[in-house]
Amino acid sequence: MFSAQFDAVIPVICLAMAGLAVMLAESFRLKNESMPLGGLAIIGLLGAGAASAFLWDRTATSFGVVTADNFALFVNLVLVAVGLLTVFFTSQTAARDHLPTGEFYTLMLFSMVGMMLMVQASDLLLIFLALETMSIAVYVLTGIRRDQLASTEAAFKYFLLGAFASSFFLYGIAFIYGITGSTSLDRVGSVIAAQSMSGNPMILLAVGLLLVGFGFKIAAVPFHMWSPDAYEGAPAVVTGFMSTGVKAAAVAAFARVFLTALEPMINEWAPVLWVVAAATMIVGTVLGVAQTSLKRMLAYSSIAHGGYLLVGLVAGNDVGKAAILFYLAAYALTNLGAFGIIALLGERTRANDDLRDYAGLWYSHPGLATLMTIFLLSLGGFPPTAGFIAKWYVFSAAVGAGYYGLAIIGVLSSVVSVFFYLRIVVMMYMSERDARPVPAPVTTMALTALGIAVIGVLYLGVLPTQVIDIAQDSVATIF
Amino acid sequence: VNGVPLLSIVIWLPVVGAALLMIIDNKDGQRDRLIRHLTLGVSLLTFAATLLLWAGFDTSQSGPEFQFVERLRWIPAFGIEYYLGIDGMSLMLLVLTGFLTPIALLSSWEGIERKVKEFSVFMLLLETAMLGVFAALDLFLFYVFWDFVLIPMYFLIGVWGYDQRIYAAVKFILYTMAGSVLMLVAIIGLSWIHQQATGQYSFDLLRLYQLDVADNLQYWFFLAFTVAFVIKVPLFPFHTWLPDAHVQAPTPGSVILAGVMLKMGAYGLVRFSFPLFPEAALYFAPYLALLSVIAIVYGALVAMVQPDMKKLVAYSSVSHMGFVVLGIAAMNLQGVQGATYQMLAHGVSTGGLFCIVGMLSDRRHTRLISEYGGIKKIVPRLTAASLIITLASIGLPGLNGFIGEFLIMLGAFRWDPRFVVVAGLGVILSAVYMLWMFQRVYYGEVTDDHNRHMPDLSLREWAVIGPLCAAAVYMGVLPNVFLKPMEPAITRIVQRMESREPLQVRLNPPRALGAISSNAQGPGDGLPGADRRHDGIPSNAEGRRGLAIAAVGQEPGPARGAR
Repeated sequence: MFSAQFDAVIPVICLAMAGLAVMLAESFRLKNESMPLGGLAIIGLLGAGAASAFLWDRTATSFGVVTADNFALFVNLVLVAVGLLTVFFTSQTAARDHLPTGEFYTLMLFSMVGMMLMVQASDLLLIFLALETMSIAVYVLTGIRRDQLASTEAAFKYFLLGAFASSFFLYGIAFIYGITGSTSLDRVGSVIAAQSMSGNPMILLAVGLLLVGFGFKIAAVPFHMWSPDAYEGAPAVVTGFMSTGVKAAAVAAFARVFLTALEPMINEWAPVLWVVAAATMIVGTVLGVAQTSLKRMLAYSSIAHGGYLLVGLVAGNDVGKAAILFYLAAYALTNLGAFGIIALLGERTRANDDLRDYAGLWYSHPGLATLMTIFLLSLGGFPPTAGFIAKWYVFSAAVGAGYYGLAIIGVLSSVVSVFFYLRIVVMMYMSERDARPVPAPVTTMALTALGIAVIGVLYLGVLPTQVIDIAQDSVATIF
Repeated sequence: VNGVPLLSIVIWLPVVGAALLMIIDNKDGQRDRLIRHLTLGVSLLTFAATLLLWAGFDTSQSGPEFQFVERLRWIPAFGIEYYLGIDGMSLMLLVLTGFLTPIALLSSWEGIERKVKEFSVFMLLLETAMLGVFAALDLFLFYVFWDFVLIPMYFLIGVWGYDQRIYAAVKFILYTMAGSVLMLVAIIGLSWIHQQATGQYSFDLLRLYQLDVADNLQYWFFLAFTVAFVIKVPLFPFHTWLPDAHVQAPTPGSVILAGVMLKMGAYGLVRFSFPLFPEAALYFAPYLALLSVIAIVYGALVAMVQPDMKKLVAYSSVSHMGFVVLGIAAMNLQGVQGATYQMLAHGVSTGGLFCIVGMLSDRRHTRLISEYGGIKKIVPRLTAASLIITLASIGLPGLNGFIGEFLIMLGAFRWDPRFVVVAGLGVILSAVYMLWMFQRVYYGEVTDDHNRHMPDLSLREWAVIGPLCAAAVYMGVLPNVFLKPMEPAITRIVQRMESREPLQVRLNPPRALGAISSNAQGPGDGLPGADRRHDGIPSNAEGRRGLAIAAVGQEPGPARGAR
């Protein structure tokens, strides 16, 4: 059947079509004509979401390299949520910041094409292609405010280091191909298992190179240097988008490669990843303490959250795999909500992301301050929010696999992280309001996004059962 | 009562009230009055509901261990349930919480001027969380409540507190959280052990009681749980957050903090640490007792030299809660009974002391003892009320503090008399610092002219201090009203411990769960210092299994103990 060949790529096609449509619309747009480009993006995202939901439990494959198993579809749905919230927030900030909306939505949609392909790919080469598609679009998004030096600088740094890391990744693939004669994950896995090449230095080198590539994309220590600069320099909506979308896609692909193809070597890579995960959690939280820019602070926090995700990966058991999925959903909603508020409070000439800018926010904007508090408490892992359940889930996986040490490092670093999340809360609630220009009122679209995020965060925190069950089902079928 | 989830109603009523408050529009404070009355009404209703629980509670020895049980599946994939139930000890703590919350609200009636709505919402959320802690029988649910308590308290201290409030609030939340998260790891570990033993995850406390945890994990798990609890108590040397939090918190915050939240730690020791890890608990009991007698004396000595009344009361809490831990460490009927009674008594008397300090500082805006003096003639009614509460706190016979301390010392004496000798010193010292403060504040000549025009108790303040004084007297005269419902519960807790022997082996840190199911006792090097045996301390079993006489009054003790 010819048509069935395309099943697994329908979500990706939806996004690509939307991206093309936005690009065409933008290029035929008259100078001062306004077009609902965000609407096109939303249609594309909803299409991708519907397609992902439709493909559930069907395990479709296309061309032998793209699979739509439940694991990928779960991440797809998270990505759709990320995309939708980003579009909602951008709809308010784009005009204020004079963002080129056409380019913005096009790049965003194309980067999401890369993300979804990366998640769905079952071949290392396709993962690389998808990773590059995603990355290049995100580099440009980072620097989309050409009038701002910081934005451009961030984009350039991100690009240089990212390109460097990509080459490591590609090199790793080359080694894998040289040793096993294939780039297909299934094939690589069976060859490694059959020939028991655990001790083979070539394969170790290949695994190490892949680890560098993935580690860079999820900003794992010691490959995290780019992320504070990139996150701080990029417009807040882009930071929210890349700190959740890129991370979700990269973690999902990371998990797929390491827990399928490289699963037979888990005893070799798990100790390395243990150290990386511990270092990521510690460095992310400890350096976060010293920050005074909110974006930078949340950049370090998102490094730390990458570490928690790695804990699930190190554990490598069923609980851990499902925990990664749940964590991605919880983290995406929470972090996007937080960055959304930062974006809404910014101004054209000034990002207003200094800690002092939040002084007395509770008195001037009680609603936004309350929402921000809920997001920060969720990032800090307090019940009854999504962040608590997510952390409990990954630490449960770690304890189940016998990694008590990692769980202890994780919980203690989350206490340290609470310290800097609370600094923001202290500013908002317990300091006097400076005479700051009051930002524009929040539009309905942005309010909808905040509503979705906060309801999601509380829903996952209070009634996580359904999503936990779905996450467990998702991993049961493929690994 | 059948079919009505009374316990859930008690717990969630304040949240419903908080939700109601949130929809009231109170932008410039024009509805403060309505909000205050509504909040008080909700908290009184909650108190009434806790009394209904008491009325429906079966206090006989043969009654079910946990009553008003409610079970709902919450996260079935991990065996996590919404599982509530109370025994006599929980019941009394629920009543205490219900009793103190309206009093705390009343004590702040005019003191809180900013953001009254938000203040009330946080108070009600706090009440729900505290009630939940005492009623949860699922460890996960318990942890959720336990951790959530921190958030409203953090805001209460940080927004409505005094000058150093931010420092105090952050210290409070980080300090207590650092202890709690390790408990979370231990809770997760327990659920995995249950999964390995039975194939199912469970956080059900009663099932986990039956779990045979390998020695080397018991050791670590006990420490993880106990550190979380003793930080909350707080036991020396983990008490340093308490003076800051107490002094900086607004009066209602201090009342709740001292009255209820400190009890959460002691409750945790009795409900979780000891019965879940009995062998480790017996091994560590002498250490706990040692720390608790240090706390008793140290807290008293430090309290003595405080110039600030609130700080004095805060350190007196350290001292009094030391008694509670001593009673728990003794782990015999009198000890634990005394400890739980002391928890209630301390809630009433220290809550009262903080209310009085709040009243004085409402009038004079200072808490320094030296600013007062001779005010007995100016505010005779306030002085009388303070005297009752002060004597109750010291432990004068006929008032509530005496019963608890007496039972604790009785229990501790039957275990190891040496602890009692030191603890007895604490009783004397508590009389010294409390009476000395009373003397300096109320007696003598009026030294400061500002004091000459202080108003005496207002009607609202009568409503605050009156019930507290009444409770102090009532608890002192008729202790059995409170002891009897708790007795079956405490008997069961002590019995769970009786057949156990303390850990004997030195341990390795847990590495993998593989070691859990096998009862292997790693001979390794273990902890430095943990190797010291306590030769001087008599076998626990001996002191604990002995005669269990009737606690106080005519109620016969459990017959099985008398052999």
